[in-house]
Amino acid sequence: MAKNDVIVELKNIRKEFPGVVALNHVNLTLRAGRVHALVGENGAGKSTLMKILSGTYASYGGEVLLDGKSLRFAHERDALDKGIAIVPQELNPIPEMTIAENIFLGREPMKRKGIINRKERSRLTKDYLASLGLDYDPETKMWKLSVAQRQMVEIIKAISRNSRVIIMDEPTSALTGVETRQLFAQIEMLKQKGIAIVFISHKLDEVYAIGDDVTVLRDGEMISTGLLKDVTQDHLIAMMVGREVKDIYPPLPVAGSEPLLIVKGLSSKDVFEDVSFEIHKGEIVGFAGMMGAGRSEIARAVFGLDRHSSGTIIMDGKTLRIKSPRDAIKNSIAMVTEDRAAYGFVGVRSIKDNIVLPNCDLFSKHGILNVKTIKAKVTDICRKLSVKAASIETLAGTLSGGNQQKLVLSKWLVRNVKLLILDEPTRGIDVGAKQEIYRLIAELAASGIGVLLIASEMPEVLSMSHRVEVITNGHIIGELSRAEATQDKVMKMIVEGRKHNGE
Amino acid sequence: MESNKKQISIASIYRKYGIFLILVLLFVTSAIINSNFLKSQNLINILKQISVVTIIACGETMLIVSGMIDLSAGLVCTMSACFSAGVLASTGSILLTFVVGIGLGMSAGWLNGFLVTRYKLQPFIATLAMTNIAAGITQIYTNGQAVGGVEKIRFLGQGSIIGIPMPVIVMLLAVGAIAYLMKATTLGVHIYSIGGNEKAAIASGINVNRSKRIIFTVSGALVGLAGVVLMSRLMSGQPSVGAGYEFDAITAVIVGGTSFTGGIGTVTGALIGSIIVGLINNILNLLHVSTQYQLIVKGLLIAGAVIIDVKTKANKKSA
Repeated sequence: MAKNDVIVELKNIRKEFPGVVALNHVNLTLRAGRVHALVGENGAGKSTLMKILSGTYASYGGEVLLDGKSLRFAHERDALDKGIAIVPQELNPIPEMTIAENIFLGREPMKRKGIINRKERSRLTKDYLASLGLDYDPETKMWKLSVAQRQMVEIIKAISRNSRVIIMDEPTSALTGVETRQLFAQIEMLKQKGIAIVFISHKLDEVYAIGDDVTVLRDGEMISTGLLKDVTQDHLIAMMVGREVKDIYPPLPVAGSEPLLIVKGLSSKDVFEDVSFEIHKGEIVGFAGMMGAGRSEIARAVFGLDRHSSGTIIMDGKTLRIKSPRDAIKNSIAMVTEDRAAYGFVGVRSIKDNIVLPNCDLFSKHGILNVKTIKAKVTDICRKLSVKAASIETLAGTLSGGNQQKLVLSKWLVRNVKLLILDEPTRGIDVGAKQEIYRLIAELAASGIGVLLIASEMPEVLSMSHRVEVITNGHIIGELSRAEATQDKVMKMIVEGRKHNGE
Repeated sequence: MESNKKQISIASIYRKYGIFLILVLLFVTSAIINSNFLKSQNLINILKQISVVTIIACGETMLIVSGMIDLSAGLVCTMSACFSAGVLASTGSILLTFVVGIGLGMSAGWLNGFLVTRYKLQPFIATLAMTNIAAGITQIYTNGQAVGGVEKIRFLGQGSIIGIPMPVIVMLLAVGAIAYLMKATTLGVHIYSIGGNEKAAIASGINVNRSKRIIFTVSGALVGLAGVVLMSRLMSGQPSVGAGYEFDAITAVIVGGTSFTGGIGTVTGALIGSIIVGLINNILNLLHVSTQYQLIVKGLLIAGAVIIDVKTKANKKSA
């Protein structure tokens, strides 16, 4: 198929869920050999639209045209057979199987009925890998691969099915900078093959780096569609959020001078070494560094989620022995973990139950819960943090990402925490909710709470911290005051710090 | 604030009221099919028959909701029944009978919990081991013979208060106590959160190991109590009665709407589940359906309950 030919057209798509219109009047045109960026806040309808295109939802209003012919996919398999593949955000390979086995799962080349031609499978896989310039061994087990490599396998799976449209949902969210550049090189190759790509990402600089066309969704409506080069980044953001976002970061209150947390020589074998830092009352200290540098691990050790082998943790002048989160919480330390669903809340239980969980001591006498106090306090904190839900009996798992995060914060703010550790507090939540959380962090600091903030997005750490600790390879390699800290400086320190360690 | 109510699916209605509706439906059909069914003696008999298993089911509910299970309940119940019979026969003390019966159950439960928390054994494996240990101890103690001489316990097995048999009263007290424990105490919060998301419970400062040991121990106490009630109903310690009670109890729990993946379920549900199983057995008996067929019906019931459980989850995901 020649470049720029229309492969798929979605026309006037409408999708309703009970009580909500998820999509309305949405059009999308995908052309051969072009990358179409789909942008919008969480809940804008991107995923819903892609689920219609990839056959997950069979009931919707409007029309899907493939090569100009109107059709309706019955289910995912149907869409896949007709050339539309999706590389989901969360990859689910079978870790004990090889690359070749995963790629040909369910359609293995056969010698004769029932007998798999393993040599042929291996050879075909090698060819596909080579066509994208990759030289992995087809017989490597999936669990040995990095996230980026698994993603490539998923993409190859799509190509091997002769897919003409590949949907990539947040493909770079777990990739390093280098891996992202490799992915982009491979996307270029896919474009050469005439494949149309839908690229969903929150990271606008990446969208500009790889996209040709762009469609903006907001609250289920199509706001704009056109060539990416015709629209500036500021304008794009404005269209996504529906307002000009000038300053999503609030002014920070003045930090206190009284030391709250002092960490000295904290080490954990092969993870981090000799880490020392201080947090004052009312101060926000940011941890900057690349993913995997040890930022989260240090924070988890302070909170007791991971063990440390040596070092001292002093809180309010008292040396603590922290072996579990229980010890940390007893000493007024709380943590909002990076992986919300795994550590943050119990999805099958209500908002109320989740808020009671770490606060049983406050809400009970001799082990018996005080129902009245619970209801009053929970209602109160949910209002304060504007957790949006039908009632406090709503299941935590059914809330949106932003509200889940506010719930996690609520459960800690019911108690008198003195130190709050926030690991990626705004990951995966939309701009509006982000802004609310930033404001909350500033308010907490103003009330004298010390905050340890970890964030991958550099502007976030730099704008929200009084002081920044730069972390590389499990070491703190430097400290910058708010005035000194710029993205350039931090990056330079990270790069030079690496050199130091290489020696 | 009420908008969510509109989205309640059939599956979630079942989760909330369904088993109760099924119970009513069963009741009405049974009454129509067989005129003997509604006789009060028959109804009271049903409750009496399910009493031992339901007491065990109270413990299994706590365990299953917190993501665990106890396969040893049946044979530990037997062990408690035989030992408490022996104690009663030799000392004549009702108090000691209860202390030994319940104490043995508690010890077995605590040991299960110890294996699970200290050595990280899967509850399935730990309690499987306990099953064999309990069976062995019972055989050694009884030599395969029934333990008699327990006339003094007659009040428990045969007695009644205002027409309600004692075993039924004990069962209702157990259900009430565990329902309160799961709903109104901090241990209840721990039970639900450990089963719903153990990591989140740990990160919230819960001493998960301690809670698990308590859950196993409380459940063991109930198993021991069930053993004493069983002994009083049989008027002897029978080394061959009790095996398989754990599965009857688990059946009641699952039919009662408790999710096998943890975090969801109630002990009142287990009671209703137990009554449903009892009712079905009863009506099949009245209709002279043989026990072989009754087993098949019970099997279908379990499968049906789990299908609904799975459907409920699937609905939640797509919402």
